[in-house]
Order: sequence, then C-alpha cells, then structure tokens
Amino acid sequence: MDFTFTEDQLLFRDSVKDFLQGEVTAETVRNLWDTESGRSDALWQQMVELGLTAMLVPEAYGGLGMNELDFVLLAVESGRVALPEPLVETAMVATPLLASLAQKDPRCASLLEKIATGEARVAVQHSVNALVADAHIADWLLLPQGDQIHLLARDQVSLIAQDSVDPSRKLFDVEWQGSDETCLARGAEGVALLAATLNRGALGAAAQLVGLAEAMVQISVQYTTDRQQFGKAIGTNQALKHHMADCAVKSEFAKAPLYRAAYTLATRPEHADFAVSHAKVVAGEAALLAAKNSIQSHGAMGYTWECDLHIWMKRAWALDKFWGHAGFHKNRLHHWLLKPTAKIGADKTFGEQG
Amino acid sequence: MDLNYTPEQLAFRQEVRQWLAEHVPAEPLKSFDTAEGFEQHRQWEKTLAEGNWGMVTWPKEYGGRGCNLIEWLIFEEEYYRAKAPLRVNQNGIFLLGPTLMEYGTDEQKQRFITKMASGEEMWAQGWSEPGAGSDMAAIRSKAIRDGDEYVINGQKVWSTRAVFADWVFCIFRTDPESERHHGLSFIFVPLDAPGVTVRPIPQLDGLPGFAEIFFDDVRVPVQNRLGDEGQGWHIAMATAGFERGLMLRSPARFQQTAKRLVELYRDHQNDILDLSIEDAVVKSFLDAEAYALSTYQTASRLIKGGKIGAEASLNKIFWSELDQKMHETAMGILGARAELLPHSAAAGDVGNWLDGFLFAQSGPIYAGTNEIQRNIIAERLLGMPRK
Ligand SMILES: Cc1cc2nc3c(=O)[nH]c(=O)nc-3n(C[C@H](O)[C@H](O)[C@H](O)COP(=O)(O)OP(=O)(O)OC[C@H]3O[C@@H](n4cnc5c(N)ncnc54)[C@H](O)[C@@H]3O)c2cc1C
Repeated sequence: MDFTFTEDQLLFRDSVKDFLQGEVTAETVRNLWDTESGRSDALWQQMVELGLTAMLVPEAYGGLGMNELDFVLLAVESGRVALPEPLVETAMVATPLLASLAQKDPRCASLLEKIATGEARVAVQHSVNALVADAHIADWLLLPQGDQIHLLARDQVSLIAQDSVDPSRKLFDVEWQGSDETCLARGAEGVALLAATLNRGALGAAAQLVGLAEAMVQISVQYTTDRQQFGKAIGTNQALKHHMADCAVKSEFAKAPLYRAAYTLATRPEHADFAVSHAKVVAGEAALLAAKNSIQSHGAMGYTWECDLHIWMKRAWALDKFWGHAGFHKNRLHHWLLKPTAKIGADKTFGEQG
Repeated sequence: MDLNYTPEQLAFRQEVRQWLAEHVPAEPLKSFDTAEGFEQHRQWEKTLAEGNWGMVTWPKEYGGRGCNLIEWLIFEEEYYRAKAPLRVNQNGIFLLGPTLMEYGTDEQKQRFITKMASGEEMWAQGWSEPGAGSDMAAIRSKAIRDGDEYVINGQKVWSTRAVFADWVFCIFRTDPESERHHGLSFIFVPLDAPGVTVRPIPQLDGLPGFAEIFFDDVRVPVQNRLGDEGQGWHIAMATAGFERGLMLRSPARFQQTAKRLVELYRDHQNDILDLSIEDAVVKSFLDAEAYALSTYQTASRLIKGGKIGAEASLNKIFWSELDQKMHETAMGILGARAELLPHSAAAGDVGNWLDGFLFAQSGPIYAGTNEIQRNIIAERLLGMPRK
C-alpha cells in the first residue's frame, strides 16, 4: 500500500506545469478567442515535443506506453491554465480506445503512431455528451452508434458549430453516415469500449476541474490581497477568508478520490465506475464552489469580460457538465451503494466497488 | 502508487480481527463519563495493553508493535468494525503520547509512556481557561519556579474526562511578565495533588464528560515539564497538529458511521419522505471514503519522510462537518422517534444515533473551532493577508 506518486511522475508534472504556466497565460487564451479555429498548432507541436500526446500510446506504436495514472496530474495542470487545446481528450480519452483496437485494426495502429508524432488529432463522441469537442481540428473522429464505434475522417462528416458560454470551447454537432467499413467495434466489445471511454472522459474532466478550482482560489487570493477597501486589503476580512478556506477544503478532498479513480482506471478498468463517478462529482463541486466564491470575492470586477477570472469560471461550468453531469454520476453511485447486496466497509475502500 | 495491501498487511488485518473477535466485550460498556463505565474502559485499556494492541505505532519498548501508519489505519478499521469500546485514554495515547516521544527526555518517556500504554494512568488535557478558549495565548494560570518545583495557581476548564482521570497535561505561564504565546510551558500535574480541585461539568447528555480544574498552590517537580521552559506554545502546537491532523479521529470511525447510515437507510427506505435524504446518505458515504483516501495518502507521505502542517486544519473541518451531517441525516431517517432517549420503550434503535448526534455538535468546537481552522487555512495555507 503506497498512495503516493513516484518521484518521476512528480518531476514530470513539475516540468509540464512550468511549461504550461509559461506558454498558456490568460493573454494566450484571449488571443486564441480571436482566431478562426481557436487553437494553436504551434502550441500543439510544443506539447508533442514534450511527449504529451505519446504518453498513452503503446510502445509498439512509437509511444511511451504509460497509463491514466501517469497522465492524471498533467490533466490537473491543463485545467490550472485553462488550456484550450484538446490535450486531455486526445491523449487520455481517444488514445487508449484506439490502443484497445490497434492489434486487430491497422487503421488504429497507424493513427496511434500519428498521434504520438503530432501528425494527427482525434475527437471522440459519446452519448453522455450532447456535442463533440474540437471536431473541427480533428483529423479523425471516433463516433459511436448504438453498440458500434466508427472511425471517420473529418472530410467524411459534416460539422455544425454550436457556441459555448466558454469562448475557448469549440463544440459541434456531427452528421455522419457509417458503414461496415468505418466500423471498428460492435456488440459487447463496443459497449465495453464505450463504457471505458466514458470513464476516461470523466476522469479527464475531473482532473481539469481540480486544477481549475485551485487556480481560481489562487487568483482570488491575489486579488483580495491587492484590492483595498476601508483602508485595508479586502482579504483581511474573515468573510472572504472563509470563502476561500471552504474552497480549499473541497479541493483537498477531491484530490484523493481523483487519484484513486486514475489508479483504478489504470489497473482495474472494469471496476472503475464507482471511483470515477466519485471523483467527477466531488471535483465538479469543488470547481463550482471555487467559481461562486471567487466571483463574490472579486465584486463587480468579477462580473466583467475584462477580468480574467471568467476564463476559469466558464471552463468549470462547462466541464462540470461534460462527460456526465452530477446527476449522471450520482445515479451510478446511488445505484451501486444503495442496493442491498453492496458490500461496504472500511476494509473495502480499495476493493472492487462498482 | 500501489493501492493493494501487501500479504503482510492482509495477515496483520486478520490477526487484529481475530484478536478483537476474541476479546471485545460482548456487552457494550457503560459510558466512560460515569465512574463505573470509566473503570470498565480502564480495564479494557489494560486488556489491549496485555495483547500489545494499546498503541500499535509505538515502539515495542513502550508496549507498542512498531507498526507504520498504514498498519495503524488497518488496526483502526478493524477496531471500529469490531465495535470495540471507545478509547478512554485518547488524550494520553493519541495526543500526549506522540508529543512525549518527540519532546520528552528518556526518563520522562520511561516514566509516563509505559504507564499510559498499560492503561494504568489516564490523562486529561488542560489548556482552555475561562478567558482563553479560541485565544489560547490568553492563558493566565501560572506555574512559578520555586527551587526544584513549580507552584501552580489558576484555573482550567472543559478538560475532557478530568473527572476520573489521573493526570492532566497543561499549559501554564511560567514567566509571569510574559505575554501571549511567550513564557508558556507544558507541565504535567497529578489530579490527586494537594491543592487541585476538580469540579465536574455535565455535558449535553447530562453526564460529566468534562471538568473545571482549580489549582491552589499546587506543587509539582520541574521534571514534570515537557521540553524547555517557555517552549510550551511550540509543543502545544505540535500536539494540536496530532489532534487535528491524524491521530485523534481516524477515518475508520467515520466510515463505520457511514456504513451504519447506509444500513439504516436501507431499513427505512420505504418510509422516508424527504427526497434529500438519499443524496445525503450517499454523499456521507463518499465523504467518509474521501477522508479515508486522503488519510492513506497522508500516511504514505509521512512514511516516506513527509510532514503534516497547516493542512491538518483541512482535515479537522472535513471530519467534524461530515460527522455532523451523518448524524443529522440519521435523525432525519428516524423521524418522529429521533428525539427519544435510548431507554424509552418506543426508542428502538435510535439510542446510538441520538448520542452520536449530540456529540457531533461538539466536533466543530473542540480541537480548535472550525472558524479558527478556516482562519489558519486562509492565512497559512493560502497566504491571505492577516492585517
Ligand atoms: C466536547 C469538548 C471537549 C473539550 N475538551 C477539552 C479538553 O480536554 N481540554 C481543553 O483544554 N479544552 C477542551 N475543550 C475546549 C475547546 O478547546 C474550546 O471550546 C475551543 O477552543 C473554543 O473555545 P471556547 O469554547 O472558549 O469558545 P470561544 O473562543 O469563546 O468561541 C465561541 C465562538 O466564537 C468564534 N470565534 C472566537 N474567536 C474567533 C475568531 N478569531 N475568528 C472567528 N471566530 C471566532 C468561535 O469559532 C466560536 O464559534 C473541549 C471542548 C468541547 C466542546
């Protein structure tokens, strides 16, 4: 029993954190809002060079053969800077799905190689989400239909853009026609792969939500230290201190569930539903509270487009509902926990729940 | 990261489970806030000590087993699972014990830890005073040096289990000219020393769970001082860290309550009208689990040489508010019967929940109020401005 990350995992997290903090500032994010695609190829290439897109690609296809546990801290950092690029979706959600199919399907194998080298990006649709994120810059799309999973190139589908409250989010309705040729998996295999995809998507969103929550608190602490009223920093007022402390408590107790979810997905994916839903629910709560208490701590300034806070708030509001909103995940938890046969107890915390 | 128990840890769990199955009293003990119940609990401490189960993390020489913190968590899980008696000496073993190991002289460790572990000597904590609650640095009770002794005068209050305990560990002002957190020292006083008067204070349940202690020219040898003169505040903060952080409230306690709550919910599923209760039950279970996960993380970090600091305040808020929430939810499930005292004929299974509900109200107050913890988090962890 050892509930810590390795030195290597922490060191890599630190270097990715430094990179992201340096390259992805509020200004970067705002500049991207004014571009056609909202995305930066240059930034993507830098992430490719750091090996980020290759992390979960198996070694056989030119990747690093790592898992969700290796990636989860990087997803937290992506959230901390409100990264607009679909790094988490490509590297941690789409890639393992392709990897599951690569042995029997050469298209998936070659796509994995291209993801590792930065030549291809992949978007994923799932019935739990209304829309597909970043379909416009994806070279390929993974599209479910019932128990089937199809792979189509972007020029085989038509996209209808839908605007999100978060100007960084690029969402699309995808219209497409599958065929036997485009079908990668079906039946029980398709269902299982889609279930695993959902869990990775929810883990990725949960991780980003934790990063977003911590970032908002940091921004608000700075603001309340600088801003003066009644001749002193507003942050000296206990009401604001307690707003921030409440956020810190929520974030802190979202982290261990998040790490357990990553571990469970990496080691026992078929038993990960409970851990993942737990993580998604509490990470969403932490981020929503951080958004609410942060805007309150900023006063009217927080209600403006000019103040950077909304970059993080809006991402939090969006990701809380992405890959399963609280209702979806709570239903899974309730269903499992309240059935009379559920075996519960402190000795089963690390057992096969869900 | 490896979230599997080792074969040794699994074997350890079995060993604990078996020993507890053989030794936990079949009949629940009387409340340790009664004279009879206190002695029953003292007896239980002796039983634990005889099996070397009193404090598994302590070195073997002090009656422990030299277990690491993960093994301690396993022990606690089994302990609550077996519904073993609450630890009457928790102020001693969970708070003073670790502090003694860190700051005590060899003689003090020999003298005090062994008897604490064996259940022979029960400890109370004497920090709060009528004028020094949240503001502990306002302590006024004095211990003035006179040769090889201190002469103590003053008053402590809210001292848990001091009514029946043998010793109290206190913070006194040893430098009468000093102010605030300077000039304080950490001193042990036997509760039967001449000049000590203990006045029981009934708690919400009517039992004298804590006491006021009056000191009237009480003399103790300087060897009863822990650490240096004037180091009292510093040592007290370390003890408070144990109190809020890890030892005092192990996650197993809350997981056991959460499990009982889920079972209570299942039993009453068809007569619950309040729709929010189901969500509160599930949320309670998840929060108890989150607290356990977080504690396993902290334990793993500490084993590798990490330290626990101001984040202890995060824990204290989380477990105390969780405990309140769980008991509120149970009362909601029990509905109209929730108010009945356990001995009422119509009470059924409400008794435990009601007791727990009452005690849960004190969680956000003792061990430093949750408002004070929020101040600590904001200022020390997040760096918000003090003035
Ligand atoms: C069950 C129980 C057992 C206890 N056992 C012991 C024991 O064994 N030994 C011991 O020494 N003490 C013990 N205590 C005392 C405990 O440590 C104190 O109650 C606690 O420190 C608060 O002090 P107080 O009761 O004087 O409340 P006060 O300090 O008067 O506080 C009253 C209210 O004001 C708030 N408040 C005070 N100052 C501030 C501030 N700066 N900012 C915001 N809010 C503030 C508090 O949060 C609280 O809500 C026990 C208490 C309880 C309830």
